[in-house]
Amino acid sequence: MTVTEAPPRTGRVAPAAGSRRPRRYGKALVYLALAAGAVPTLLPFVWLVRSALMRDAQMFVAPPEWIPSPFQWSNFTEALTAQPFWLYFVNTVVIAVISVLGTVLTCSIAAFSFSRLRWRGRDLTFAVLLSAVMLPYAVTLIPTFVMWQELGALDTFLPLTVPSWFAGAGGGVFNVFLLRQFFLTIPFELDEAAYIDGASPWRVFWTIVMPLSKPAVVVVTIFTFIGTWNDFLGPLLYLSDEEKYTLSLGLASFQSVYLTQWGYLMAASAAVIAPIIALFFFLQRYFIEGVTLTGIKN
Amino acid sequence: MPARKTGLPGRLSGQRRMERRWGLLMALPAVLGFVIFTAGPMVASFVFSLTDWQVGGTPAYIGLGNYAELARDELFWTSLSATTYYTLGAVPLVLIVSFAVAMLLNQKVRGLAVWRTIFYLPTLVPAIANVVLWIWIFNPDFGLLNSLLRQAGLPAGQWIYDESTAIPSLIVMSTWGFGNTMVIFLAGLQGVPRHLYEAVSIDGGGPWRRFWHVTLPMMTPTIFYNLVVGVVGTFQVFNQAYVMTEGGPNNATLFYVYYLFRMAFRESEMGYASALAWVMFMIIVVVTFLLFRNARRWVYYEMAGAR
Repeated sequence: MTVTEAPPRTGRVAPAAGSRRPRRYGKALVYLALAAGAVPTLLPFVWLVRSALMRDAQMFVAPPEWIPSPFQWSNFTEALTAQPFWLYFVNTVVIAVISVLGTVLTCSIAAFSFSRLRWRGRDLTFAVLLSAVMLPYAVTLIPTFVMWQELGALDTFLPLTVPSWFAGAGGGVFNVFLLRQFFLTIPFELDEAAYIDGASPWRVFWTIVMPLSKPAVVVVTIFTFIGTWNDFLGPLLYLSDEEKYTLSLGLASFQSVYLTQWGYLMAASAAVIAPIIALFFFLQRYFIEGVTLTGIKN
Repeated sequence: MPARKTGLPGRLSGQRRMERRWGLLMALPAVLGFVIFTAGPMVASFVFSLTDWQVGGTPAYIGLGNYAELARDELFWTSLSATTYYTLGAVPLVLIVSFAVAMLLNQKVRGLAVWRTIFYLPTLVPAIANVVLWIWIFNPDFGLLNSLLRQAGLPAGQWIYDESTAIPSLIVMSTWGFGNTMVIFLAGLQGVPRHLYEAVSIDGGGPWRRFWHVTLPMMTPTIFYNLVVGVVGTFQVFNQAYVMTEGGPNNATLFYVYYLFRMAFRESEMGYASALAWVMFMIIVVVTFLLFRNARRWVYYEMAGAR
């Protein structure tokens, strides 16, 4: 694996005579290896799209065909109307938006307190809260379920949205960490000046720190949105009425009903995947920054 | 980071009091969230684990009975070994593949954004759509994998429908989503100081030595981070077992969390399932602890001191 890596920096560092040819070969090898990796990465997508647009008869011929003929667009309309996917979509958006709002707001508030206000026991409190990040979700699963059951909130969106209004709760605390890291880079003199003018900490938070923290807020927004959008276990546990299903849950139930209708299944899957991919293309830069930000945690 | 000047001694006490009041108030949602959704349930799940409790009935205290039962439960051991097998296969494979691709992307390639997007794309596929897609890929009769193998004149397999290949198949599937790990590696690689490479080159070292003496040591903190996150995350695999295999064939993919889920929400054995949860918690704590202790031997932390 490492052999193909041959860093072409050789040429740059020591531009000795005759180093040009190995450099060109090295570069060609790099592109070759990248292409070799890209093919299996993209193949499942190609397979998905071609299957979504094929008639069953064509799908089951051997050797496999790659171009649908005719293009069976009706797979999409039939799959997406066989179950109320439009409703699932709305449900998913509602849950995701409420969760994102709660997470961004309460996590920022907490991060502000943990980074820019001084109170005794602050750093210890923060360290304790942060320990929740490493906790496997399975440990809190059963009591949390029992709690919602006792509160009569099963089959509502409450168990899926309320925790995010408590600074993410559980693993979501990581967002507090991210925001806090970002807040610490903003000059403290800004706060001082505002306090001298008689501003309250809330005002400092809302009119100074938040407007300067857009990149971090965008990252938290995107990742919370995706996390909620893709969540399966949560909806599976808490939602039983089909009218309340999310896309993930709807797709899972669809797949158990239309087990062998591959055209429909692939069309439905493609429809569930598409919005996230579209979102990615619009916000690509933030995505990569966000992942990088989480990795720098160390 | 209390490296903040206090200044203005006259107003200090008033300012300090205000900060304390607001500080506590603003930390409150987070603290409440921790108590209600993390600490409380954790304690509760331990208490549950000491009881015999079917949903709808009343819990009966049985001490460590559930844990003793676990030790004799064949399915518990099956699930533990299936999950360990999967983790030991998937984590190193994902690390190696994503590291290799990150190395390639770090070679000043043209169209970096395009390549990065290609390799990141699978990570975006929602877990359930991913699982549905791969059922179709693994389909023994008309799936992508067997179609390609037959075309190449190679023997086809039963993949997730055969006891012996089920977990290896899921491991292969897991490598498809290496994008996040790759992006983190790429960021790490871009942070390796250029002058170190130059130093090796001046000493006459080739690409291999640069990799072995600069890249690898400088990347150990990033590798360690991805390793810990990977192990903890992979150990909690659930969707594949729930949607693709239902734990089969013959319990070959009875992953731990899936077994726990079945105990709690299918068989309604809340006490027993809570014991399962706590055992899993202990396993993860011990494994993380061992990883950290072992890290001192191979993770290079010069940068930590410099910061």
